Amino acid sequence: MSIYNSEHEKFLKKRKRDKRIICFFQIAIIVVFLIGWELLARTKLINTFLTSSPSNVIMTIIKLHSTHELYNHIFVTVYETFLSFSIATIIGLVVATILWWFPKLAKILDPYLTIINSLPKVALGPLIIIWVGASINSIIFMALLISTIITIINIYNGFMATESNFITLLKSFKALKRQIFFKAVVPSNRLTFVNCLKINISMSLIGVIMGELLVSKQGLGYLIMYGSQVFNIDLVISSVFILGLVSYIMYYVISLIEKKLINK
Amino acid sequence: MLPILKVDNLSKTYHDMDGSVTAVLDVSFEVKDKEFISIVGPSGCGKSTILSILSNLETKSSGKITFSKENCLLGYMLQKDSLFPWRTILDNCLIGLEINGKLNAKSKQRVINLLNAYGLKDFIDKYPDSLSGGMRQRVALIRTLAIDPDILLLDEPFSALDYQTRLALSDDVYKIIKQEGKTAIMVTHDLAEAISLSDRIIVLTKRPSCVKKIYDIKLTDKSTPIHNRQCKEFSIYYDKIWRDLDVHL
Repeated sequence: MSIYNSEHEKFLKKRKRDKRIICFFQIAIIVVFLIGWELLARTKLINTFLTSSPSNVIMTIIKLHSTHELYNHIFVTVYETFLSFSIATIIGLVVATILWWFPKLAKILDPYLTIINSLPKVALGPLIIIWVGASINSIIFMALLISTIITIINIYNGFMATESNFITLLKSFKALKRQIFFKAVVPSNRLTFVNCLKINISMSLIGVIMGELLVSKQGLGYLIMYGSQVFNIDLVISSVFILGLVSYIMYYVISLIEKKLINK
Repeated sequence: MLPILKVDNLSKTYHDMDGSVTAVLDVSFEVKDKEFISIVGPSGCGKSTILSILSNLETKSSGKITFSKENCLLGYMLQKDSLFPWRTILDNCLIGLEINGKLNAKSKQRVINLLNAYGLKDFIDKYPDSLSGGMRQRVALIRTLAIDPDILLLDEPFSALDYQTRLALSDDVYKIIKQEGKTAIMVTHDLAEAISLSDRIIVLTKRPSCVKKIYDIKLTDKSTPIHNRQCKEFSIYYDKIWRDLDVHL
């Protein structure tokens, strides 16, 4: 027993040490990077006009914060992302359900879905601006194009991959199509839904930023575009940094939802 | 006694792009009330097709199926237990009643009684992943019995299990079916299983399968399936049916 205990203690110690080493290097990488960047900038080895510097970025963010401009831009981007995320999820669910319900329709539409899915949607940007107008609608439309198709395809594939034995079983009880859908197909695809939300939030954000780069007066994408046009690299890098933070938070929120759904 | 089920000249042909294959040809047999019948035959001969047609999962090409009473209810127990991992054992067993709109306090209590009676009392609120293969198959049987079917169709119910579990479970299942007073038709490729459980055995030929012979299994000291394997007639039947199957590799 005592041998087992000391061995177990050793095992725990090793696990703890490994964890600490990983954590140390994770922090070390960013610290070294930031200090190196700052030093190179201060000693004028790199041109801060092109590369900015950590201290400049911090100053820019503080300035954006004090003028309250920052929060408006963040809000606009988050709002647009959330809107297109919600619409894409609903459309994706409805269309995937219809396709599952009517297999012939799915077969008819299959080549079109494949083409639209494989087409780089940015290429449609100019067309969208002409058709929908240079407004927030264009941005939402762009984001929807990118996220809806992939949602439809993922959910539909999940539905089709439902364990066939489950369906046979329900059929042996003479289940209706509706009962098969709600009692076997939907519950066995919980994981598909969650994964879809995850992909969808990233896709929506990509779409929104792309839209904002093309046409907009607000949002983080606009801030990046504006910064580059006036050659204010401090502003561009600050915006990219904030965007990274925002997207991480959004992803984190989805993973909280995931935990709740899976544990049920 | 009047047969509860009569099958006359049942045939089934499958069609695909390469042509047609006849799986079942002119199969006729009768099943009496509370009888246990096994269908055996070479692998891939279309044994399961007969059950699928009886339970309306597949359509027949020709032939006649007559039930002695109207709205004869069939329960189909599949080879795989197919328990829904997101439902508790009880909820899994209630699914047939839910679908048929017959779930009420009384029918639910009946299912709970069945689970209690057949050794699953402690697992009623558990999820399928905490059960062993043998227990899962027992749950699958109770799920089939929950709708109170007149005839049970068993499609190789034990084939996914290891040998010892098979033996023990076939004893259990036999006991449950007899106690509940059910008629059963079982498809199996295991001759010993068929002889030890059945009142009659229908031997099918290779594809397209027709009835080669029907055996009345008469064992002296007939009791539980495991015990039946020791009866002196057991090996004689085994030998005869084995020859009928005419297996060549």
